[in-house]
Amino acid sequence: MKIKRDWIWGWTLIAPALALIFLFTHIPALMTLWGSLFSTPRGRKPSHFVGLANYERLIQDPTFWKVLGNNAIYALGTIPVSMALALAMALLVNRPFKGRALARMAYFTPTVLPLIAVANIWLFFYTPGFGLIDQVLGLFGAGQSNFLGNAGTALPAIMVVAIWKEAGFFMIFYLAALQAIPPQLAEAAKIEGAGAWTIFRRITLPLLMPTTLFVSINAVINAFRLVDHIFILTGGGPDNASSLLLYYIYETSFRFWDTAYGATLSVVLLALMCLLAIGQFFLFDRKVHYK
Amino acid sequence: MSAFDRYLWNGGAALLAALWIAPLLYAVWTAFHPSAYEAHFTLTAPLTLENFVKAWNAAPFARYFLNTFILVTGITAAQFVLCSLAAYGFARFSFPGRDLLFSLVLLQLLVMPDILIVENYKIIHAMNAVDTLQAIALPYIASGFGVFLIRQAFMTVPRELDDAARIEGSGPLAILWRVYVPLAKPTYLAYGLVSVSYHWNNFLWPLIVTNSVETRPVTVGLSVFATTDSGTEWAVINAATLMTSAPLLLAFLLFQRQFVQSFMRAGIK
Repeated sequence: MKIKRDWIWGWTLIAPALALIFLFTHIPALMTLWGSLFSTPRGRKPSHFVGLANYERLIQDPTFWKVLGNNAIYALGTIPVSMALALAMALLVNRPFKGRALARMAYFTPTVLPLIAVANIWLFFYTPGFGLIDQVLGLFGAGQSNFLGNAGTALPAIMVVAIWKEAGFFMIFYLAALQAIPPQLAEAAKIEGAGAWTIFRRITLPLLMPTTLFVSINAVINAFRLVDHIFILTGGGPDNASSLLLYYIYETSFRFWDTAYGATLSVVLLALMCLLAIGQFFLFDRKVHYK
Repeated sequence: MSAFDRYLWNGGAALLAALWIAPLLYAVWTAFHPSAYEAHFTLTAPLTLENFVKAWNAAPFARYFLNTFILVTGITAAQFVLCSLAAYGFARFSFPGRDLLFSLVLLQLLVMPDILIVENYKIIHAMNAVDTLQAIALPYIASGFGVFLIRQAFMTVPRELDDAARIEGSGPLAILWRVYVPLAKPTYLAYGLVSVSYHWNNFLWPLIVTNSVETRPVTVGLSVFATTDSGTEWAVINAATLMTSAPLLLAFLLFQRQFVQSFMRAGIK
């Protein structure tokens, strides 16, 4: 009888949360898959089953490949740089020195700002002619630049903003991990004659592996999830040079109202994120020690 | 560490800090000075609040703030209730399907509502809830992250406390409220701060489901203000930008330690 009571309590307690999670996560995920097999309803033409037609279109859509490539560059460019900076920041402020609190605050502050506000601030740097970057370059006699309007520089310009915003956030996790490492380990190594670099490489870095896994999964998710700054800075332009997958999904679904194709693109995004998360798990698995 | 090394490290830390805080300082500079001083840095530049006044009057920011405030408090309160109940269920009751259901909850850490915009919009549309504050909140109030975090805290509560309360005749809900919730206070603070800053800053989903002043949160309001009024001066846009970030920024500066520790606590699993 006792066991049965536990069952009912357990189910009742989790039911409200579970119902909402199913409604807004699992069901939409499955609906996305299902919806990608249908056409977008247009005027009097209702939606009908089209099989894999949306996927055929996807394969032939140059914008999709462009955006996918951009997202790959964006992820490969921002993730290692912001993680390396985060680790550097954590190491820098993990020792006592005057102004440590101030430095820590400076690194972390961008994390608190809305990405949309961050984009506004950076827009003033990038604006051709009047922007701060051009004003400074002008002092050295350089002509007008147009970082956001140039197909070659728009994506890197956006990546810089993302790195600035993310590094301090990741620093926190490295800092916590560094503080959890017992100082006796480094002391013992020092007695054995190990230099600072050896200690870092053979002791600190391996012990930080679980953190690195955690941070990198978060970083990958963010690289595909956060596109707010694109709305303000470039609108995905010029000619999709700075558009990312989620931004393209937004444009397709809510500007051109082609929801079936939007769903098809979402399936790619979902599959990609699952694959990357699983891949990272296996990649790091051997190097990570769980308690 | 030699003296030279120390200088090198401190110098590096200072340089990086200066680089990191510069954009924000620049925004503060332009917002508090007349637009003539946008790229002209002198200590004698006159200070002004006029940019803030202009921004405040140019768009319904008061309403946007109210919307965000209601939204953020509503989401956080609902998350606390729903996630606590679920976390308690997962942590202290054994029932068939528990592990499977818990892993389905965890799946939300990867497949977030943020990327399911197309179908979630359809669901909200079918519920006839487009352009309401509830529509912005609904996909987020049952948070897999919250369930996970609070469950972790509940698991560390000693069983003896639980049993003692039961012998005194308390029911499961009373035990949750009187034993578990008080002991998990630091976790609630951590989760609350993370959640408030997440939803204060959230943009894409609110942009999609709102289309009127009465429902727009500040982030969407700011983007509308900054992109449609191309004639607006930078200083004014910068003032608006700072205004929308100010509450969080002030909270962060006042409760810096709690903020940083909260983000840490939320991250270490």
